[in-house]
Amino acid sequence: MSRSVDAAAEIAPGRGALAAIRRGAGLARAVLAPSPPAMAGAALLAIHVGLAVFGPALAPYQYAQFNILHTLEAPSREFLAGTDQYGRDQLSRVMWGARSTLLLATASTLLGVSLGVLVGMLGAFYRGLVDEILMRVVDALMALPALLLAMLLLTTVGANPVYVALGIAVVFMPRSARVVRGVALSLAVSEFIDAARARGEGGLYIIFCEMLPNAWAPIIVEVTIRFAYAILLATSLGFLGLGAQPPAPDWGLMINEALPFLAQAPWLAILPAAAISTAVVGANLLGDALREALALGRVGEAP
Amino acid sequence: MRVVAFVGRRLLLVALVMAIVSVLIFGVVQILPGDVAVMILGTSATPEDLAALRVKLGLDRPAPLRYLDWIGGTVRGDWGTSLLYQVPVRPLVLERLGKSAVLAILALAVAVPLAIGLGVVSALRRNRFLDQAVGLVTLVAVSLPEFISGTVLILVLAFRFPIFPPSSLIDPRVSLWSAAPSLVLPTLTLVLALLAHMTRMTRASMIEVLEKPYIRAARLKGLRLRLVILRHALRNALLPTVGIVAINVGFLIGGIVVVESVFAYPGLGRLMVDAVNHRDVPVIQMAALLIAVTYALANLAADLFYAYLDPRIRY
Repeated sequence: MSRSVDAAAEIAPGRGALAAIRRGAGLARAVLAPSPPAMAGAALLAIHVGLAVFGPALAPYQYAQFNILHTLEAPSREFLAGTDQYGRDQLSRVMWGARSTLLLATASTLLGVSLGVLVGMLGAFYRGLVDEILMRVVDALMALPALLLAMLLLTTVGANPVYVALGIAVVFMPRSARVVRGVALSLAVSEFIDAARARGEGGLYIIFCEMLPNAWAPIIVEVTIRFAYAILLATSLGFLGLGAQPPAPDWGLMINEALPFLAQAPWLAILPAAAISTAVVGANLLGDALREALALGRVGEAP
Repeated sequence: MRVVAFVGRRLLLVALVMAIVSVLIFGVVQILPGDVAVMILGTSATPEDLAALRVKLGLDRPAPLRYLDWIGGTVRGDWGTSLLYQVPVRPLVLERLGKSAVLAILALAVAVPLAIGLGVVSALRRNRFLDQAVGLVTLVAVSLPEFISGTVLILVLAFRFPIFPPSSLIDPRVSLWSAAPSLVLPTLTLVLALLAHMTRMTRASMIEVLEKPYIRAARLKGLRLRLVILRHALRNALLPTVGIVAINVGFLIGGIVVVESVFAYPGLGRLMVDAVNHRDVPVIQMAALLIAVTYALANLAADLFYAYLDPRIRY
């Protein structure tokens, strides 16, 4: 534990792509090396990224290819994970589905946390009326449970993965904004910010070039927490029929479609369920290790 | 007297937030791009039909007026008519809310004591085998969405070993009591998710308390470990637990929506999902508002209980 903290602290501050890569590599060493669970998490995520990149090329069948002669077949040599009621190969569908799930989770996390960073930083830096208005908006958005807000946002715009990503981003924004605002409030009163003000720097310059680089650790932690939760939310929305529509190989939707056949064809649910859970477990394991390494081990994050 | 003023002020705050939330719900459902009339009738509808439906739904009037109509009706008790079921919204959502509340209370009643027990034991046996086992199991449980744990429970406890019914589609004519077996699996699914979150949080807060100087002082003056835990640590670790339960009400509400869909349980969450899928706007708005009010009141109750437990918080 102490070793990883030291290693994380050693990472030199700097600017530019090279420094960022060095910082990333240093962080990866600090997080992964001392912790077997983190290695396991990274391995699980690596498998999923591999599936997302190469899955469609490696899949034995097209995700929507009907095989009318082989409906609801148990796993066999021809169909390694069995087939659904249309005779579609379940393994191929899960392999095709990795790309959309990971893309959706990544896009919604990055967008949501970025919006949260923007709102949190603006509020903490300008204080006063700006802060007051932004925080009341945040309060109102937080007054609805996450899944409910996402469902509401999808009501009129219709079920579509792009809107699902936007919806999840809106769900994440207020939660990230609160975390970032807390960090930024203490940064805003530090001496180097006073110095920047005294130099006559503009507000946006101070926020993005002075405060942001000093808040990256909690922001990375925020991203890891949100990423795991984004997979949960996105697949839950898919399961509820509010995300991708048939015949898309969406993992959540596949489990929904498997429910009526659960008694005679349990394999239909097992593979997508395993895919979703390993992705979330991987993200959570890696996130936990990262949090410990950054010595911000605060459990008890609001949903 | 001061207590009354404190509670009154908090209730006022809840009312204020609910006013903002009602604007939010209305705005999200009615003002976001997308035409409700087109959603209901489909893109092949004639312009005349669309215009007629808009008049029927009152969509031809300006949004602020429609909002005032909605809020006015809500306050007077006229919650409108469901577009999907063609019945008044009020009895429909209130009946479903009751069904969901049964699930929620059952789940909390099982999960809260279990989570506190497991969390405290894990904290005491920190980094020993039991703690690591509990940590691993709860990590996996946190990572399982409710629709997956529910599906796995159905596969194992309804099909592989037929102990409980796989569906909770309760015949409205039978009493909830005689339908009790069909409540087991949905409750178990919710308990699993809640337990995982709450155990992790309780463990963290207990560890924090155990490292406080007064615990060391109590140990050093020779008190037995059991007494230190019961009299000193537990009491202070339970304070954050109240907040933890409140945080988890948010998880619980999301979980109930999903669980009700898995088990075809006729609660408010499933009503809401059906309403969203069929653009049943009056039901969506009222169901969302009811859920938001429930959530706010649960948080308020937690705050008040917290203030009651912690003598340092003065009204």
